[in-house]
Amino acid sequence: MQPTSRDFPANARAGLADANLQRAMALARTGFPARRAEAVARLPEFEALREAGKAIKDHTLAHLDFYLERYERAVIAQGGTVHWARDAAEARAAVLGICQAAGARTVTKGKSMIAEEVGLNAHLEAHGIVPVETDLGEYIIQLRHEPPSHIIAPAIHLMKEQVADSFRAAHTGLDPGRPLAEARAMCAEARAMLRPRFLAADVGITGANFLVAETGSSIIVTNEGNGDLTQTLPRVHIVMASIEKVVPTLEDAATLLRLLARSATGQEFSSYTTVSTGPRRPGDLDGPEQYHVVILDNGRSRLLGGEFQDMLRCLKCAACLNHCPVYTAVGGHAYGWVYPGPMGSVLTPALIGLAEAGHLPNASTLCGRCESVCPVKIPLPKMLRHWRERQFAANQAPPAARSLLSLWRFAASRPALYHRLAGAAARLLAWAGRGRGRFRSLPFAAGWTAVRDMPAPEGRTFHAQWAAGRRR
Amino acid sequence: MNGGRETILGAVRRAVRAEARTAEAEAALAARLAEHRRNLVPARAAALDAKRRLELFVAMAEAVDCTVARVATAAAVPDEIARYLAAENLPAELVVAPDPGLDAIPWAARPLLRIRRGRAEPGDAVSVTPCLAAIAETGTLMLVSGATTPTTLNFLPDTHIVVVETGQVVAAYEDGWDLLRARGEGLPRTVNFITGPSRTADIEQRVELGAHGPRRLHIVIVGDG
Repeated sequence: MQPTSRDFPANARAGLADANLQRAMALARTGFPARRAEAVARLPEFEALREAGKAIKDHTLAHLDFYLERYERAVIAQGGTVHWARDAAEARAAVLGICQAAGARTVTKGKSMIAEEVGLNAHLEAHGIVPVETDLGEYIIQLRHEPPSHIIAPAIHLMKEQVADSFRAAHTGLDPGRPLAEARAMCAEARAMLRPRFLAADVGITGANFLVAETGSSIIVTNEGNGDLTQTLPRVHIVMASIEKVVPTLEDAATLLRLLARSATGQEFSSYTTVSTGPRRPGDLDGPEQYHVVILDNGRSRLLGGEFQDMLRCLKCAACLNHCPVYTAVGGHAYGWVYPGPMGSVLTPALIGLAEAGHLPNASTLCGRCESVCPVKIPLPKMLRHWRERQFAANQAPPAARSLLSLWRFAASRPALYHRLAGAAARLLAWAGRGRGRFRSLPFAAGWTAVRDMPAPEGRTFHAQWAAGRRR
Repeated sequence: MNGGRETILGAVRRAVRAEARTAEAEAALAARLAEHRRNLVPARAAALDAKRRLELFVAMAEAVDCTVARVATAAAVPDEIARYLAAENLPAELVVAPDPGLDAIPWAARPLLRIRRGRAEPGDAVSVTPCLAAIAETGTLMLVSGATTPTTLNFLPDTHIVVVETGQVVAAYEDGWDLLRARGEGLPRTVNFITGPSRTADIEQRVELGAHGPRRLHIVIVGDG
């Protein structure tokens, strides 16, 4: 998809002004964190599992070539095919080639962020193949021609009235007077609309939460069962995954699975965790005749061995989104590409470039909640700072910010000058703010004070008070 | 796509400095793959005896909206299923996995139950399947695909009934992997871990059951245990 990350400030303002989005985000802000906290509280070993999960991912990444080759070998031994894609175009071409070879007219899809990343649907449509999203959230946004706004709850930005409007507009064969006030009615309608699509599809495409090197298996985690119908009924099953999804053994997958659902939705375990290994076996009464894995790099191998390697541990659980004060204020579309929130602000510049996505690492208060809930302890704030440093070094920061930072550096690297300036500023602000104790507006900071007050300092700097305390 | 393979693996090898990996290190990686060492397994289920493990399984399954019935022997399964279908106002028509694991069930004792054995077809309302294991930790059923256990039975019908023997209740997912490996056949096409009926919360985070898979998941536990 065409990124709009350059427009983050305007996108964010639009999000803040969107009443429906704000109602939807208010639900997300409270719901997900509360359910995660309850699930974590029920499992005394959760902290230890985070360490274990981090260790598994670190080990795998340190030997990723070995595990990828073992994985490929195991897939082939089970009768499957592995397609390596260096970039989005190669991934799209690989999937299209498989679909065309199968004579496919319609394709059902389970939720796959990799398919979103490579812009698969538009490519299939351009070649006369109809992709049908089957995850309810993905189905809703496909009807609305919108990208997902969240990596596990793609339609989280919508209120049910908006979904009802979309269903009425799309399902024109149904009684226009039917009641669609409740989520239950809309779920039933989507189920009824999609069941024939499942049965008619020639190819089913899913993502993968894990690839298992030991067995050549792919694992998906869903609640709806749409992924299972997608990959069981058609003649061909295509898995789309990126290179860092591989783990060594089924035991390693079990450990990470214990972290995934609890971090994502606060469930003990998702309704369906499905391990797929090759095509149907001789004698099987159902299942696909072909099993393909399209494995995508798209810039990830460049992150290995560098300061962003830790990002490749990501399980795509979305806990960092759900706990982010910026994400839950502006919504996912503001980020302008496939991956929003803290994980997206680290990953997106790596995949589409800092020039396009330079706003994202700055769209954070660095409050640290994301790292504190990450199931594999990715140091997201540290990596956001890495991007800011690169941006500054590459002369990509806005001129005003550069000038101010240069001034600040000049002063901060001269302690005597810094103390004198800070002391003068503290006295001046204390004098100006006497009485009320805070400022409603400040020169040069109108953007900041437009939505909050600035507390007035008490008159002496921390250094001055510390020095005074020492003398006593 | 072969050029892609070499480019990607080459970039990964350089990044992880694979050329510096010794033969011993490579052997250690192969050993790690082969030995199936368990990582941390929560004590929640692992510390329990068989009776308490079964109780935990039932409690966890009910917490995710399964219904659970206990019967003493396989002979009582048809009665229980007939009772369940009547209580839920469902038709007395079943599609049953053609699996020897269900052979001990005397379906003929309930002649009003109409039974077809095979894979699920569109329109089938109720399926009955065995399982490989029932995992107490999270109330999870572990089902495998095979010539007598087609996967469509687990997803197409509105109602899925799973017959569990008390001896099949294990503590953790890792116990399930061991059972799978002990069959000595390698992995089947599909292993399904099923924890409650199908659900979605994609509209305003309200949980609704029966998104695309079964709306109801009924577990019949056979044995005294």
